[in-house]
Amino acid sequence: MKKFGGPVLFLDRADINTDEIIPAKYLTEIDKDALRPHLLEDLKMDGFDPAGDALKNARVIVTRANFGCGSSREHAPWALEVNGITAVIAPSFARIFRQNMFNCGMMAIELDEAQVAALFERAGDGAAIEFDLKSGKFAVSSGKGRAEFTFSLAGFDRELVESEGWVGFADKRY
Amino acid sequence: MKPLTIAEKIFRSHLKDEPFPGTKVLGIDVVMCHEITTPIAINDLVARGMDRVFDATKIKAVVDHVTPSKDTKTAMQAKILRDWARRHGIMDFFDIGQNGVCHALFPEKGFIRPGNTVIMGDSHTCTHGAFGAFAAGVGTTDLEVGILKGVCAFREPKTIRVNIIGSLPKGVYAKDVILKVIQTLTVNGATDRVIEFRGPVVDAMSMESRMTLCNMAIEAGGTSGICMPDAVTVDYLWPFISGDYADKAAALADFTRWHSDDGCDYERVIEIDVTNIEPQVTFGYKPDQVKNVSEIAGTPVDQVYIGSCTNGRLEDLRVAAEILKGRKIAPTVRGIVSPATPKVFREADAEGIIKIFMDAGFCVTNPTCGACLGMSNGVLAPGEVCASTTNRNFNGRMGKGGMVHLMSPATAAATAIAGVIADPRR
Repeated sequence: MKKFGGPVLFLDRADINTDEIIPAKYLTEIDKDALRPHLLEDLKMDGFDPAGDALKNARVIVTRANFGCGSSREHAPWALEVNGITAVIAPSFARIFRQNMFNCGMMAIELDEAQVAALFERAGDGAAIEFDLKSGKFAVSSGKGRAEFTFSLAGFDRELVESEGWVGFADKRY
Repeated sequence: MKPLTIAEKIFRSHLKDEPFPGTKVLGIDVVMCHEITTPIAINDLVARGMDRVFDATKIKAVVDHVTPSKDTKTAMQAKILRDWARRHGIMDFFDIGQNGVCHALFPEKGFIRPGNTVIMGDSHTCTHGAFGAFAAGVGTTDLEVGILKGVCAFREPKTIRVNIIGSLPKGVYAKDVILKVIQTLTVNGATDRVIEFRGPVVDAMSMESRMTLCNMAIEAGGTSGICMPDAVTVDYLWPFISGDYADKAAALADFTRWHSDDGCDYERVIEIDVTNIEPQVTFGYKPDQVKNVSEIAGTPVDQVYIGSCTNGRLEDLRVAAEILKGRKIAPTVRGIVSPATPKVFREADAEGIIKIFMDAGFCVTNPTCGACLGMSNGVLAPGEVCASTTNRNFNGRMGKGGMVHLMSPATAAATAIAGVIADPRR
Protein backbone atom coordinates (compact mmCIF):
# COMPACT_ATOMS: atom_id res chain seq x y z
CA MET A 1 0.00 0.00 0.00
CA LYS A 2 1.14 3.55 -0.64
CA LYS A 3 2.00 5.90 2.21
CA PHE A 4 -0.67 8.41 3.11
CA GLY A 5 -0.53 11.55 5.21
CA GLY A 6 1.70 14.52 6.02
CA PRO A 7 1.67 18.28 5.44
CA VAL A 8 -1.43 19.67 3.73
CA LEU A 9 -1.63 22.01 0.75
CA PHE A 10 -4.90 23.93 0.70
CA LEU A 11 -6.20 24.97 -2.73
CA ASP A 12 -9.16 27.25 -2.14
CA ARG A 13 -10.87 27.10 -5.52
CA ALA A 14 -13.50 24.87 -7.10
CA ASP A 15 -13.19 23.25 -10.55
CA ILE A 16 -9.40 22.94 -10.67
CA ASN A 17 -8.95 21.10 -13.96
CA THR A 18 -6.38 18.60 -15.18
CA ASP A 19 -4.86 21.14 -17.57
CA GLU A 20 -4.02 23.20 -14.48
CA ILE A 21 -2.71 20.16 -12.61
CA ILE A 22 -0.45 19.21 -15.53
CA PRO A 23 -0.52 21.17 -18.82
CA ALA A 24 -0.97 19.21 -22.05
CA LYS A 25 2.47 20.16 -23.37
CA TYR A 26 3.98 17.72 -20.85
CA LEU A 27 1.84 14.82 -22.06
CA THR A 28 4.67 13.90 -24.42
CA GLU A 29 6.57 12.53 -21.41
CA ILE A 30 6.68 8.75 -21.11
CA ASP A 31 8.61 8.85 -17.83
CA LYS A 32 6.36 9.83 -14.91
CA ASP A 33 9.26 11.44 -13.00
CA ALA A 34 9.62 13.99 -15.79
CA LEU A 35 6.27 15.46 -14.69
CA ARG A 36 7.63 16.39 -11.22
CA PRO A 37 8.66 20.04 -11.82
CA HIS A 38 5.42 20.90 -13.63
CA LEU A 39 2.71 20.03 -11.10
CA LEU A 40 0.08 22.81 -10.89
CA GLU A 41 2.33 25.08 -12.91
CA ASP A 42 -0.61 26.72 -14.75
CA LEU A 43 -2.77 27.18 -11.63
CA LYS A 44 -3.39 30.90 -11.20
CA MET A 45 -4.66 31.54 -7.69
CA ASP A 46 -4.00 34.25 -5.11
CA GLY A 47 -1.46 33.07 -2.56
CA PHE A 48 -0.43 29.96 -4.53
CA ASP A 49 3.11 29.62 -5.78
CA PRO A 50 3.80 26.52 -7.89
CA ALA A 51 7.49 26.84 -6.99
CA GLY A 52 6.86 27.41 -3.28
CA ASP A 53 7.54 25.27 -0.19
CA ALA A 54 3.84 24.63 0.50
CA LEU A 55 3.62 22.53 -2.65
CA LYS A 56 7.09 21.03 -2.26
CA ASN A 57 6.33 19.75 1.25
CA ALA A 58 2.73 18.71 0.67
CA ARG A 59 1.61 15.09 1.02
CA VAL A 60 -2.14 15.78 1.03
CA ILE A 61 -4.24 18.32 -0.89
CA VAL A 62 -7.47 19.74 0.53
CA THR A 63 -9.52 21.57 -2.06
CA ARG A 64 -13.00 22.53 -3.25
CA ALA A 65 -15.61 20.85 -5.46
CA ASN A 66 -15.08 19.15 -8.83
CA PHE A 67 -11.31 18.77 -8.51
CA GLY A 68 -9.69 17.15 -11.58
CA CYS A 69 -12.34 18.10 -14.12
CA GLY A 70 -11.56 18.15 -17.84
CA SER A 71 -9.16 15.82 -19.55
CA SER A 72 -8.86 12.11 -18.70
CA ARG A 73 -5.07 12.33 -18.42
CA GLU A 74 -3.76 10.05 -15.68
CA HIS A 75 -0.71 12.29 -15.81
CA ALA A 76 -2.61 14.36 -13.22
CA PRO A 77 -2.54 11.71 -10.45
CA TRP A 78 0.98 10.72 -11.58
CA ALA A 79 2.20 14.31 -11.26
CA LEU A 80 0.78 14.36 -7.74
CA GLU A 81 2.34 11.02 -6.86
CA VAL A 82 5.85 11.84 -8.07
CA ASN A 83 5.62 14.91 -5.84
CA GLY A 84 4.71 12.75 -2.84
CA ILE A 85 1.01 13.64 -2.81
CA THR A 86 -1.08 10.47 -2.55
CA ALA A 87 -4.39 11.77 -1.16
CA VAL A 88 -6.75 14.57 -2.14
CA ILE A 89 -9.74 15.59 -0.01
CA ALA A 90 -12.61 17.56 -1.59
CA PRO A 91 -16.40 17.79 -1.56
CA SER A 92 -16.47 16.17 -5.02
CA PHE A 93 -14.26 15.04 -7.88
CA ALA A 94 -14.61 14.67 -11.63
CA ARG A 95 -15.42 11.01 -12.32
CA ILE A 96 -12.40 10.10 -14.43
CA PHE A 97 -9.90 11.81 -12.11
CA ARG A 98 -11.41 10.12 -9.08
CA GLN A 99 -11.24 6.70 -10.71
CA ASN A 100 -7.68 7.35 -11.90
CA MET A 101 -6.60 8.12 -8.32
CA PHE A 102 -7.95 4.83 -6.96
CA ASN A 103 -6.76 2.93 -10.04
CA CYS A 104 -3.25 4.03 -9.03
CA GLY A 105 -3.82 3.01 -5.40
CA MET A 106 -4.16 6.64 -4.31
CA MET A 107 -7.10 8.22 -2.49
CA ALA A 108 -9.66 10.80 -3.63
CA ILE A 109 -11.69 11.29 -0.44
CA GLU A 110 -15.10 12.96 -0.62
CA LEU A 111 -16.28 14.82 2.48
CA ASP A 112 -19.31 17.06 2.74
CA GLU A 113 -18.89 20.81 2.19
CA ALA A 114 -19.14 21.61 5.93
CA GLN A 115 -16.33 19.23 6.83
CA VAL A 116 -14.15 20.56 4.04
CA ALA A 117 -14.89 24.08 5.31
CA ALA A 118 -13.81 22.96 8.80
CA LEU A 119 -10.53 21.69 7.29
CA PHE A 120 -9.99 25.00 5.51
CA GLU A 121 -10.21 26.81 8.85
CA ARG A 122 -6.87 25.19 9.64
CA ALA A 123 -5.14 26.41 6.51
CA GLY A 124 -1.88 28.28 6.94
CA ASP A 125 -1.12 26.86 10.39
CA GLY A 126 1.30 24.14 9.38
CA ALA A 127 -1.57 21.69 9.07
CA ALA A 128 -0.76 18.02 8.66
CA ILE A 129 -3.01 14.99 8.32
CA GLU A 130 -2.54 11.49 9.73
CA PHE A 131 -4.71 8.73 8.27
CA ASP A 132 -6.00 5.64 10.02
CA LEU A 133 -7.43 3.65 7.14
CA LYS A 134 -8.64 0.76 9.28
CA SER A 135 -10.93 2.91 11.38
CA GLY A 136 -11.80 5.30 8.52
CA LYS A 137 -10.55 8.34 10.40
CA PHE A 138 -7.98 11.03 9.87
CA ALA A 139 -6.64 13.58 12.28
CA VAL A 140 -5.57 17.05 11.27
CA SER A 141 -3.13 18.86 13.54
CA SER A 142 -2.14 22.47 13.20
CA GLY A 143 -1.49 25.60 15.29
CA LYS A 144 -5.19 25.42 16.11
CA GLY A 145 -4.85 22.02 17.79
CA ARG A 146 -5.92 18.56 16.71
CA ALA A 147 -9.25 17.46 15.24
CA GLU A 148 -10.57 14.12 14.02
CA PHE A 149 -12.65 13.50 10.93
CA THR A 150 -14.28 10.33 9.70
CA PHE A 151 -14.39 9.29 6.07
CA SER A 152 -15.55 6.25 4.18
CA LEU A 153 -14.21 4.42 1.18
CA ALA A 154 -16.51 2.28 -0.97
CA GLY A 155 -15.56 -1.41 -1.03
CA PHE A 156 -14.03 -1.23 -4.50
CA ASP A 157 -12.04 1.91 -3.71
CA ARG A 158 -10.66 0.36 -0.52
CA GLU A 159 -9.68 -2.78 -2.43
CA LEU A 160 -7.81 -0.68 -5.02
CA VAL A 161 -5.95 1.21 -2.28
CA GLU A 162 -5.03 -2.05 -0.53
CA SER A 163 -3.99 -3.86 -3.70
CA GLU A 164 -2.21 -0.72 -5.01
CA GLY A 165 -4.32 -0.37 -8.10
CA TRP A 166 -6.65 -1.86 -10.67
CA VAL A 167 -4.24 -3.75 -12.93
CA GLY A 168 -3.21 -6.25 -10.26
CA PHE A 169 -6.79 -6.76 -9.08
CA ALA A 170 -8.17 -7.17 -12.60
CA ASP A 171 -5.41 -9.54 -13.66
CA LYS A 172 -6.17 -11.88 -10.77
CA ARG A 173 -9.93 -11.75 -11.16
CA TYR A 174 -10.59 -11.67 -14.93
CA MET B 1 -40.67 -5.56 -16.40
CA LYS B 2 -39.18 -2.39 -14.97
CA PRO B 3 -38.82 0.29 -17.64
CA LEU B 4 -35.14 1.02 -18.30
CA THR B 5 -33.09 3.85 -19.73
CA ILE B 6 -30.81 3.12 -22.68
CA ALA B 7 -27.80 3.35 -20.34
CA GLU B 8 -29.37 0.81 -17.96
CA LYS B 9 -30.05 -1.55 -20.86
CA ILE B 10 -26.43 -1.33 -21.98
CA PHE B 11 -25.18 -1.88 -18.42
CA ARG B 12 -27.39 -4.96 -17.95
CA SER B 13 -26.42 -6.50 -21.26
CA HIS B 14 -22.70 -6.01 -20.66
CA LEU B 15 -22.44 -6.77 -16.94
CA LYS B 16 -19.61 -9.24 -16.24
CA ASP B 17 -19.11 -8.85 -12.53
CA GLU B 18 -20.09 -6.85 -9.49
CA PRO B 19 -17.07 -7.34 -7.23
CA PHE B 20 -18.43 -4.89 -4.67
CA PRO B 21 -21.93 -3.46 -4.26
CA GLY B 22 -22.39 -0.61 -6.73
CA THR B 23 -19.31 -1.47 -8.79
CA LYS B 24 -20.30 -2.77 -12.22
CA VAL B 25 -17.61 -4.36 -14.34
CA LEU B 26 -18.70 -4.26 -17.97
CA GLY B 27 -17.47 -6.14 -20.99
CA ILE B 28 -16.17 -3.60 -23.50
CA ASP B 29 -17.00 -3.81 -27.22
CA VAL B 30 -14.56 -1.19 -28.50
CA VAL B 31 -11.28 -0.15 -26.85
CA MET B 32 -9.85 2.89 -28.61
CA CYS B 33 -6.26 4.07 -28.26
CA HIS B 34 -4.21 7.12 -29.20
CA GLU B 35 -0.54 7.96 -28.89
CA ILE B 36 -0.76 10.26 -25.85
CA THR B 37 -2.37 8.06 -23.21
CA THR B 38 -1.68 4.54 -24.53
CA PRO B 39 2.15 4.27 -24.62
CA ILE B 40 2.46 4.35 -20.82
CA ALA B 41 -0.14 1.55 -20.60
CA ILE B 42 1.82 -0.44 -23.20
CA ASN B 43 5.11 0.09 -21.37
CA ASP B 44 3.51 -0.95 -18.08
CA LEU B 45 2.08 -4.13 -19.61
CA VAL B 46 5.52 -4.96 -21.04
CA ALA B 47 7.19 -4.26 -17.68
CA ARG B 48 4.70 -6.56 -15.93
CA GLY B 49 5.34 -9.34 -18.43
CA MET B 50 1.70 -9.04 -19.57
CA ASP B 51 2.13 -7.66 -23.09
CA ARG B 52 -1.13 -9.14 -24.41
CA VAL B 53 -4.40 -7.83 -25.88
CA PHE B 54 -7.82 -9.33 -25.11
CA ASP B 55 -9.04 -9.18 -28.73
CA ALA B 56 -7.09 -7.44 -31.50
CA THR B 57 -10.26 -6.95 -33.55
CA LYS B 58 -11.90 -4.90 -30.81
CA ILE B 59 -8.97 -2.54 -30.40
CA LYS B 60 -8.76 0.55 -32.61
CA ALA B 61 -5.70 2.79 -32.56
CA VAL B 62 -4.69 6.08 -34.12
CA VAL B 63 -1.89 8.60 -33.96
CA ASP B 64 -3.82 11.87 -33.82
CA HIS B 65 -2.78 14.30 -31.12
CA VAL B 66 0.58 15.31 -32.53
CA THR B 67 0.95 14.14 -36.11
CA PRO B 68 3.23 14.24 -38.04
CA SER B 69 5.44 14.02 -34.93
CA LYS B 70 6.99 17.34 -33.95
CA ASP B 71 9.98 16.14 -31.92
CA THR B 72 11.74 13.07 -30.55
CA LYS B 73 9.31 12.59 -27.69
CA THR B 74 6.19 12.63 -29.87
CA ALA B 75 7.96 10.45 -32.43
CA MET B 76 8.61 7.92 -29.65
CA GLN B 77 4.95 7.98 -28.56
CA ALA B 78 3.84 7.25 -32.11
CA LYS B 79 6.49 4.54 -32.46
CA ILE B 80 5.45 2.76 -29.25
CA LEU B 81 1.83 2.69 -30.43
CA ARG B 82 2.78 1.65 -33.98
CA ASP B 83 5.12 -1.15 -32.88
CA TRP B 84 2.52 -2.45 -30.42
CA ALA B 85 -0.25 -2.44 -33.05
CA ARG B 86 2.01 -4.38 -35.42
CA ARG B 87 3.15 -7.00 -32.94
CA HIS B 88 -0.42 -7.73 -31.80
CA GLY B 89 -1.95 -7.71 -35.27
CA ILE B 90 -4.23 -4.74 -34.58
CA MET B 91 -5.48 -4.16 -38.11
CA ASP B 92 -7.46 -1.01 -37.32
CA PHE B 93 -4.42 1.16 -36.70
CA PHE B 94 -4.33 4.53 -38.46
CA ASP B 95 -1.04 6.26 -39.08
CA ILE B 96 0.22 9.12 -41.27
CA GLY B 97 -1.86 9.42 -44.42
CA GLN B 98 -4.85 7.58 -42.93
CA ASN B 99 -5.03 9.23 -39.52
CA GLY B 100 -7.41 11.81 -38.17
CA VAL B 101 -8.98 13.01 -34.94
CA CYS B 102 -10.06 9.82 -33.14
CA HIS B 103 -13.64 10.84 -32.36
CA ALA B 104 -14.24 11.84 -35.97
CA LEU B 105 -12.27 9.00 -37.58
CA PHE B 106 -13.64 5.98 -35.68
CA PRO B 107 -17.32 6.81 -36.27
CA GLU B 108 -16.55 7.32 -39.98
CA LYS B 109 -15.15 3.78 -40.08
CA GLY B 110 -18.39 2.39 -38.67
CA PHE B 111 -16.72 1.05 -35.52
CA ILE B 112 -19.43 2.18 -33.10
CA ARG B 113 -22.88 0.59 -33.06
CA PRO B 114 -25.98 1.14 -30.94
CA GLY B 115 -25.80 -0.67 -27.62
CA ASN B 116 -22.00 -0.81 -27.63
CA THR B 117 -19.73 -0.11 -24.69
CA VAL B 118 -16.76 2.02 -25.68
CA ILE B 119 -13.76 3.25 -23.72
CA MET B 120 -10.72 5.30 -24.64
CA GLY B 121 -8.00 7.12 -22.75
CA ASP B 122 -9.54 10.38 -23.82
CA SER B 123 -12.24 12.41 -22.11
CA HIS B 124 -14.13 13.20 -25.32
CA THR B 125 -14.96 9.53 -25.87
CA CYS B 126 -18.49 10.53 -24.81
CA THR B 127 -18.87 11.65 -28.46
CA HIS B 128 -19.72 8.09 -29.54
CA GLY B 129 -22.89 8.13 -27.46
CA ALA B 130 -24.37 9.80 -30.54
CA PHE B 131 -24.80 6.26 -31.91
CA GLY B 132 -26.77 5.08 -28.88
CA ALA B 133 -23.65 3.65 -27.24
CA PHE B 134 -22.32 4.00 -23.71
CA ALA B 135 -18.98 5.65 -24.38
CA ALA B 136 -16.74 6.80 -21.57
CA GLY B 137 -13.40 8.51 -21.35
CA VAL B 138 -11.04 6.74 -18.96
CA GLY B 139 -7.49 7.07 -17.66
CA THR B 140 -4.46 5.07 -18.70
CA THR B 141 -4.92 2.36 -16.04
CA ASP B 142 -8.54 1.69 -17.08
CA LEU B 143 -7.35 1.65 -20.68
CA GLU B 144 -4.59 -0.80 -19.77
CA VAL B 145 -7.07 -3.19 -18.15
CA GLY B 146 -9.39 -2.71 -21.13
CA ILE B 147 -6.60 -3.71 -23.52
CA LEU B 148 -5.63 -6.71 -21.38
CA LYS B 149 -9.01 -8.02 -20.26
CA GLY B 150 -11.71 -6.23 -22.23
CA VAL B 151 -13.45 -4.98 -19.09
CA CYS B 152 -13.92 -1.69 -17.27
CA ALA B 153 -15.46 -0.83 -13.89
CA PHE B 154 -18.09 1.87 -13.40
CA ARG B 155 -20.51 3.00 -10.77
CA GLU B 156 -23.80 2.76 -12.68
CA PRO B 157 -24.58 6.33 -13.67
CA LYS B 158 -27.98 7.90 -13.27
CA THR B 159 -29.41 9.61 -16.35
CA ILE B 160 -30.26 13.26 -16.89
CA ARG B 161 -32.64 13.67 -19.79
CA VAL B 162 -32.28 16.90 -21.74
CA ASN B 163 -35.18 17.65 -24.08
CA ILE B 164 -34.24 20.07 -26.82
CA ILE B 165 -37.49 21.51 -28.13
CA GLY B 166 -38.64 24.19 -30.55
CA SER B 167 -36.69 24.65 -33.76
CA LEU B 168 -33.17 25.86 -34.43
CA PRO B 169 -33.14 29.41 -35.76
CA LYS B 170 -30.91 30.44 -38.65
CA GLY B 171 -27.26 30.70 -37.66
CA VAL B 172 -27.67 28.51 -34.57
CA TYR B 173 -26.19 25.01 -34.54
CA ALA B 174 -25.58 21.96 -32.35
CA LYS B 175 -22.53 23.71 -30.82
CA ASP B 176 -24.71 26.59 -29.62
CA VAL B 177 -27.18 24.09 -28.17
CA ILE B 178 -24.55 22.16 -26.23
CA LEU B 179 -22.99 25.37 -24.87
CA LYS B 180 -26.49 26.33 -23.66
CA VAL B 181 -26.89 22.88 -22.06
CA ILE B 182 -23.52 23.17 -20.28
CA GLN B 183 -24.43 26.65 -19.06
CA THR B 184 -27.68 25.20 -17.69
CA LEU B 185 -26.12 22.11 -16.07
CA THR B 186 -22.83 23.81 -14.98
CA VAL B 187 -19.40 22.17 -15.17
CA ASN B 188 -20.21 19.47 -12.63
CA GLY B 189 -23.97 19.24 -13.00
CA ALA B 190 -23.72 15.87 -14.74
CA THR B 191 -20.78 14.31 -12.88
CA ASP B 192 -21.21 10.52 -12.78
CA ARG B 193 -24.31 10.94 -14.94
CA VAL B 194 -25.27 10.05 -18.49
CA ILE B 195 -26.81 12.92 -20.46
CA GLU B 196 -29.57 11.65 -22.73
CA PHE B 197 -30.25 14.14 -25.54
CA ARG B 198 -33.87 13.97 -26.68
CA GLY B 199 -36.56 15.96 -28.39
CA PRO B 200 -37.50 17.05 -31.90
CA VAL B 201 -34.39 19.17 -32.41
CA VAL B 202 -32.13 16.18 -31.74
CA ASP B 203 -34.33 13.90 -33.87
CA ALA B 204 -33.86 16.31 -36.78
CA MET B 205 -30.07 16.49 -36.35
CA SER B 206 -27.50 14.72 -38.53
CA MET B 207 -25.09 12.24 -36.90
CA GLU B 208 -22.39 14.94 -37.13
CA SER B 209 -24.50 17.35 -35.08
CA ARG B 210 -25.38 14.64 -32.57
CA MET B 211 -21.66 13.94 -32.17
CA THR B 212 -21.09 17.65 -31.47
CA LEU B 213 -23.77 17.49 -28.75
CA CYS B 214 -22.47 14.32 -27.11
CA ASN B 215 -18.83 15.42 -27.46
CA MET B 216 -19.19 18.10 -24.82
CA ALA B 217 -21.18 16.05 -22.27
CA ILE B 218 -17.87 15.76 -20.37
CA GLU B 219 -17.77 19.57 -20.06
CA ALA B 220 -20.76 19.22 -17.71
CA GLY B 221 -18.97 16.32 -15.99
CA GLY B 222 -21.04 13.68 -17.83
CA THR B 223 -19.75 10.12 -18.24
CA SER B 224 -21.38 9.71 -21.64
CA GLY B 225 -23.72 11.70 -23.84
CA ILE B 226 -26.29 9.49 -25.53
CA CYS B 227 -28.86 9.78 -28.34
CA MET B 228 -31.56 7.30 -29.37
CA PRO B 229 -30.44 5.34 -32.45
CA ASP B 230 -32.93 5.98 -35.26
CA ALA B 231 -33.29 6.13 -39.04
CA VAL B 232 -30.53 8.77 -39.19
CA THR B 233 -28.21 6.36 -37.36
CA VAL B 234 -29.19 3.53 -39.71
CA ASP B 235 -28.47 5.66 -42.79
CA TYR B 236 -25.06 6.70 -41.44
CA LEU B 237 -24.05 3.13 -40.58
CA TRP B 238 -25.67 1.44 -43.59
CA PRO B 239 -22.46 0.96 -45.63
CA PHE B 240 -21.10 -1.06 -42.69
CA ILE B 241 -24.20 -3.01 -41.64
CA SER B 242 -25.99 -3.69 -44.92
CA GLY B 243 -24.75 -7.28 -44.83
CA ASP B 244 -26.21 -7.84 -41.38
CA TYR B 245 -29.80 -6.85 -42.07
CA ALA B 246 -32.36 -7.61 -44.78
CA ASP B 247 -33.14 -3.92 -45.14
CA LYS B 248 -32.97 -0.61 -43.30
CA ALA B 249 -36.30 -1.26 -41.59
CA ALA B 250 -34.88 -4.41 -40.02
CA ALA B 251 -31.83 -2.50 -38.82
CA LEU B 252 -34.04 0.20 -37.38
CA ALA B 253 -36.17 -2.36 -35.54
CA ASP B 254 -33.02 -3.91 -34.08
CA PHE B 255 -31.61 -0.53 -32.99
CA THR B 256 -34.91 0.55 -31.46
CA ARG B 257 -34.73 -2.13 -28.75
CA TRP B 258 -32.07 0.00 -27.07
CA HIS B 259 -34.37 3.00 -26.71
CA SER B 260 -35.18 4.16 -23.19
CA ASP B 261 -38.53 2.71 -22.16
CA ASP B 262 -41.53 4.89 -21.43
CA GLY B 263 -41.73 5.44 -17.70
CA CYS B 264 -38.03 4.79 -17.01
CA ASP B 265 -36.28 6.57 -14.15
CA TYR B 266 -34.53 9.80 -14.92
CA GLU B 267 -32.75 11.59 -12.13
CA ARG B 268 -33.69 14.87 -13.73
CA VAL B 269 -35.45 16.06 -16.85
CA ILE B 270 -34.65 19.48 -18.23
CA GLU B 271 -36.14 21.18 -21.22
CA ILE B 272 -34.46 23.78 -23.39
CA ASP B 273 -36.45 25.61 -26.04
CA VAL B 274 -33.98 26.73 -28.69
CA THR B 275 -36.44 28.64 -30.87
CA ASN B 276 -35.22 32.03 -29.73
CA ILE B 277 -31.62 31.39 -28.72
CA GLU B 278 -28.69 33.30 -30.16
CA PRO B 279 -25.34 31.85 -31.19
CA GLN B 280 -23.44 31.12 -27.97
CA VAL B 281 -19.84 32.04 -27.06
CA THR B 282 -17.84 31.25 -23.92
CA PHE B 283 -16.00 33.82 -21.84
CA GLY B 284 -13.67 33.15 -18.90
CA TYR B 285 -11.94 29.84 -18.28
CA LYS B 286 -14.82 27.41 -17.72
CA PRO B 287 -17.05 25.96 -20.44
CA ASP B 288 -20.22 26.86 -18.49
CA GLN B 289 -19.32 30.56 -18.74
CA VAL B 290 -21.44 31.24 -21.79
CA LYS B 291 -22.92 34.42 -23.29
CA ASN B 292 -25.12 35.32 -26.22
CA VAL B 293 -22.95 36.44 -29.13
CA SER B 294 -24.56 39.90 -28.94
CA GLU B 295 -23.14 40.33 -25.41
CA ILE B 296 -19.56 39.58 -26.41
CA ALA B 297 -19.41 40.72 -30.07
CA GLY B 298 -16.58 43.15 -30.79
CA THR B 299 -13.95 41.33 -28.70
CA PRO B 300 -10.72 41.31 -30.78
CA VAL B 301 -9.13 37.95 -31.60
CA ASP B 302 -5.66 37.02 -32.86
CA GLN B 303 -6.46 33.55 -34.17
CA VAL B 304 -9.49 31.63 -35.42
CA TYR B 305 -9.33 27.85 -35.21
CA ILE B 306 -11.83 25.57 -36.94
CA GLY B 307 -11.39 21.87 -36.25
CA SER B 308 -11.28 19.21 -33.48
CA CYS B 309 -13.49 16.30 -32.42
CA THR B 310 -16.20 18.83 -31.63
CA ASN B 311 -16.44 20.72 -34.93
CA GLY B 312 -13.97 19.49 -37.55
CA ARG B 313 -16.38 17.42 -39.64
CA LEU B 314 -17.59 18.08 -43.20
CA GLU B 315 -20.86 19.66 -42.04
CA ASP B 316 -18.87 22.12 -39.90
CA LEU B 317 -16.52 23.04 -42.74
CA ARG B 318 -19.47 23.54 -45.09
CA VAL B 319 -21.14 25.98 -42.71
CA ALA B 320 -17.93 27.97 -42.27
CA ALA B 321 -17.20 27.96 -46.02
CA GLU B 322 -20.66 29.29 -46.78
CA ILE B 323 -19.79 32.39 -44.75
CA LEU B 324 -16.19 32.68 -45.99
CA LYS B 325 -16.99 32.25 -49.70
CA GLY B 326 -15.63 35.15 -51.73
CA ARG B 327 -14.39 37.01 -48.67
CA LYS B 328 -11.09 37.62 -46.90
CA ILE B 329 -10.32 37.18 -43.22
CA ALA B 330 -9.18 40.27 -41.30
CA PRO B 331 -5.46 41.03 -41.76
CA THR B 332 -5.01 40.94 -37.96
CA VAL B 333 -6.29 37.36 -37.72
CA ARG B 334 -4.50 34.06 -38.29
CA GLY B 335 -7.05 31.55 -39.60
CA ILE B 336 -6.35 27.85 -39.17
CA VAL B 337 -8.62 25.01 -40.29
CA SER B 338 -7.91 21.35 -39.52
CA PRO B 339 -10.29 18.98 -41.34
CA ALA B 340 -10.79 16.23 -38.75
CA THR B 341 -10.07 13.25 -41.00
CA PRO B 342 -8.62 12.47 -44.45
CA LYS B 343 -12.17 11.70 -45.66
CA VAL B 344 -13.38 15.10 -44.46
CA PHE B 345 -10.36 16.71 -46.14
CA ARG B 346 -10.94 14.88 -49.43
CA GLU B 347 -14.67 15.64 -49.52
CA ALA B 348 -14.12 19.26 -48.55
CA ASP B 349 -11.60 19.49 -51.36
CA ALA B 350 -14.02 17.93 -53.86
CA GLU B 351 -16.70 20.43 -52.86
CA GLY B 352 -14.35 23.38 -53.28
CA ILE B 353 -14.39 24.11 -49.55
CA ILE B 354 -10.63 23.85 -49.11
CA LYS B 355 -10.16 26.43 -51.86
CA ILE B 356 -12.66 28.76 -50.19
CA PHE B 357 -10.72 28.55 -46.94
CA MET B 358 -7.40 29.17 -48.70
CA ASP B 359 -8.76 32.03 -50.81
CA ALA B 360 -10.08 33.62 -47.61
CA GLY B 361 -6.59 33.47 -46.09
CA PHE B 362 -6.81 30.36 -43.91
CA CYS B 363 -3.97 27.93 -43.34
CA VAL B 364 -5.24 24.39 -43.94
CA THR B 365 -3.48 21.78 -41.81
CA ASN B 366 -3.54 18.02 -41.92
CA PRO B 367 -6.07 16.22 -39.70
CA THR B 368 -4.86 16.39 -36.06
CA CYS B 369 -5.95 17.41 -32.56
CA GLY B 370 -2.90 19.68 -32.31
CA ALA B 371 -4.03 23.20 -31.51
CA CYS B 372 -7.10 22.29 -29.43
CA LEU B 373 -4.93 21.31 -26.49
CA GLY B 374 -1.95 23.52 -27.26
CA MET B 375 0.32 20.69 -28.39
CA SER B 376 1.05 21.70 -32.01
CA ASN B 377 -0.27 23.40 -35.17
CA GLY B 378 -1.49 26.66 -33.69
CA VAL B 379 -0.29 27.22 -30.10
CA LEU B 380 -1.11 30.70 -28.76
CA ALA B 381 1.44 33.17 -27.41
CA PRO B 382 0.81 34.63 -23.92
CA GLY B 383 -1.90 37.30 -24.06
CA GLU B 384 -3.34 36.11 -27.38
CA VAL B 385 -7.02 35.40 -27.95
CA CYS B 386 -8.41 32.56 -30.05
CA ALA B 387 -11.93 32.11 -31.38
CA SER B 388 -12.19 28.35 -31.51
CA THR B 389 -14.64 25.61 -32.46
CA THR B 390 -13.03 23.28 -29.90
CA ASN B 391 -14.32 22.15 -26.51
CA ARG B 392 -12.26 23.64 -23.68
CA ASN B 393 -11.52 27.24 -22.71
CA PHE B 394 -9.38 26.35 -19.70
CA ASN B 395 -6.63 28.76 -18.77
CA GLY B 396 -3.60 27.88 -20.92
CA ARG B 397 -5.48 25.21 -22.88
CA MET B 398 -4.28 26.37 -26.33
CA GLY B 399 -1.01 27.82 -25.02
CA LYS B 400 0.21 29.29 -21.75
CA GLY B 401 -1.33 32.69 -21.10
CA GLY B 402 -3.74 32.39 -24.04
CA MET B 403 -7.48 33.02 -23.96
CA VAL B 404 -9.99 30.80 -25.77
CA HIS B 405 -13.57 31.64 -26.75
CA LEU B 406 -15.55 28.55 -27.75
CA MET B 407 -18.14 28.95 -30.50
CA SER B 408 -19.71 27.30 -33.54
CA PRO B 409 -17.96 27.08 -36.94
CA ALA B 410 -20.38 29.75 -38.24
CA THR B 411 -19.51 32.19 -35.46
CA ALA B 412 -15.81 31.39 -35.89
CA ALA B 413 -16.00 32.12 -39.64
CA ALA B 414 -17.84 35.40 -39.10
CA THR B 415 -15.26 36.29 -36.44
CA ALA B 416 -12.37 35.53 -38.80
CA ILE B 417 -13.75 38.01 -41.34
CA ALA B 418 -14.50 40.73 -38.78
CA GLY B 419 -11.32 40.31 -36.72
CA VAL B 420 -13.52 40.58 -33.64
CA ILE B 421 -16.14 38.18 -32.24
CA ALA B 422 -19.06 38.58 -34.64
CA ASP B 423 -22.61 37.38 -35.08
CA PRO B 424 -22.83 34.91 -38.01
CA ARG B 425 -26.47 35.92 -38.66
CA ARG B 426 -25.38 39.34 -39.93
